[in-house]
Amino acid sequence: MSIQTSKIKLSAVEKHFTSARGERQVAVSPLDLEIQSGEFVCLVGPSGCGKTTLINLMAGFEQPSAGSVTIDGRPVSGPDPDHIMIFQDYGLYPWRTVLGNVLFGLQAKGIPAGEARDRALATLELVGLRHAIDKHPHELSGGMKQRVAIARALAVEPSVLFMDEPFAALDAFTRYHLQDELLRLWQETRPTVVFVTHDLDEAIALGQRIVLMAPNPGRIQRVLEVSLPHPRERTRDDFAFFRRELFTEFHLVHQMALQEAEYSI
Amino acid sequence: MSITKSAHNRVLPGFGLTLGYTIFYLSVIVLIPLSALFFKTATLSWGDFVATVISPRVIASFRLTFGAAIAAAVANAVFGTLVAWVLVRYRFPGKKLADALVDLPFALPTAVAGITLATVYSSNGWLGKYLEPLGIKVAFTPLGITVAMVFIGLPFVVRTVQPVLEELEPELEEAAACLGANRWQTIRRVLLPSITPAVITGFALAFARGVGEYGSIIFIAGNMPMKSEITPLLIITKLEQYDYAGATAIASVMLVISFVMLLVINILQKWSRRYAA
Ligand SMILES: Nc1ncnc2c1ncn2[C@@H]1O[C@H](COP(=O)(O)OP(=O)(O)O)[C@@H](O)[C@H]1O
Ligand SMILES: [Mg+2]
Repeated sequence: MSIQTSKIKLSAVEKHFTSARGERQVAVSPLDLEIQSGEFVCLVGPSGCGKTTLINLMAGFEQPSAGSVTIDGRPVSGPDPDHIMIFQDYGLYPWRTVLGNVLFGLQAKGIPAGEARDRALATLELVGLRHAIDKHPHELSGGMKQRVAIARALAVEPSVLFMDEPFAALDAFTRYHLQDELLRLWQETRPTVVFVTHDLDEAIALGQRIVLMAPNPGRIQRVLEVSLPHPRERTRDDFAFFRRELFTEFHLVHQMALQEAEYSI
Repeated sequence: MSITKSAHNRVLPGFGLTLGYTIFYLSVIVLIPLSALFFKTATLSWGDFVATVISPRVIASFRLTFGAAIAAAVANAVFGTLVAWVLVRYRFPGKKLADALVDLPFALPTAVAGITLATVYSSNGWLGKYLEPLGIKVAFTPLGITVAMVFIGLPFVVRTVQPVLEELEPELEEAAACLGANRWQTIRRVLLPSITPAVITGFALAFARGVGEYGSIIFIAGNMPMKSEITPLLIITKLEQYDYAGATAIASVMLVISFVMLLVINILQKWSRRYAA
């Protein structure tokens, strides 16, 4: 473990925002985190604990107020097609077809049309949307839209996938289905995945490591290794063990947050 | 049977009432005055009507009015979009003031705007004295008419594009940045398609305003028959000569052309919104 160099490294990373009224708000207090190449890490925590801020720092949408974020040893200075963000609201282009959306990144890279098309079709095959390539996003269900977004990301062959609550807007059945799909894609293409969720079960189903965060100020409460092989059977006893573990910890975080809120009133 | 059924299926009551009201209102405000126009026109024989509306002076005024209105609307579609962009995306000192200035052409009495423009662009005016040596004459030319139409049309484009830019989902641009699109690609492939419907709406409004504008144009136009005489002025001239039928004949042709153009723009706009959720 120690010989392996980490893919993503956060050292003493800190982020504060200044509100419109000039108050300084700490979104992420100094924290360290290392993520290995090919690892699947989940960030969980109650809303407002800085999950989005943290993933935005890693993806290059935000710059840290202090400390450093590096990917492959290089400081993250902005968005990069090698590490792609997948959003809860899909971020698809409504005027482009499914195929057109997947082609977007390949066109931006200047890949010749024929090759781009082949690659886009192969990726759409991978996510099971080969039959829907000529549809527009408004004709698709939420789950299909998110699969298009995933295909669009995978088509440019990133080494890291950042996902900020990507399945939060979907119904439970679609969510389970896409979780399994994502695991399959991850096992086939092996990117490093950083996955934000507020759903503890989702984190246990997916993550090799779960980073539990706590609010006020945003920080890491505990890191849990989930030593179960994928795919994980959600009804098994060992799944329930990690579930109990995480829920207990989450309960503590939640109570602390509530108490702090009471004190501050 | 099917009618009563669909009426029962509506969640909100009052469909019949509101539809009736809408038709009544549109009739009183729009349809009755407009049909009066056509009835008055109908007092002319067909031969007289044609002779009136294809007389060279009238044709020249149509060409000028619609040509200048289109040119002004195009200019506004481009520069109004830029203004909206700057107002939404950048913070700078005096931004509130700039934002308020955009509405000025709405509020200013058109005659004031016209006199101001004519003064500023006349050969010894603030701008005219620099343009004249370059061989650009603005006041009392078709160019001046276009300038006046740009002035009064600007807020329409800015105020339709601005809210769309404000509401634009940041994910669309962030996804583009992630996928490796550079700034220019993001503008061309993400921003422009997102705001095109709004720009078309703004264009249509600015165009319609330009065609109908009178007050701010006549001061800068020079009003020379065949050269710088707009159709609304021609209509007024005919009215002053008690040629009501002639005036309404020109007006009804203008109305039909405007209506057809707006219909086309509306269809275009609907088409550009065909993928909206
Ligand atoms: N752009 C911003 N400006 C000001 N405050 C922000 C901004 N982004 C996030 N915050 C604050 O930082 C904290 C963490 O937010 P966020 O990272 O969105 O949490 P989470 O994703 O876990 O719900 C919140 O208190 C939020 O109000
Ligand atoms: Mg969030």
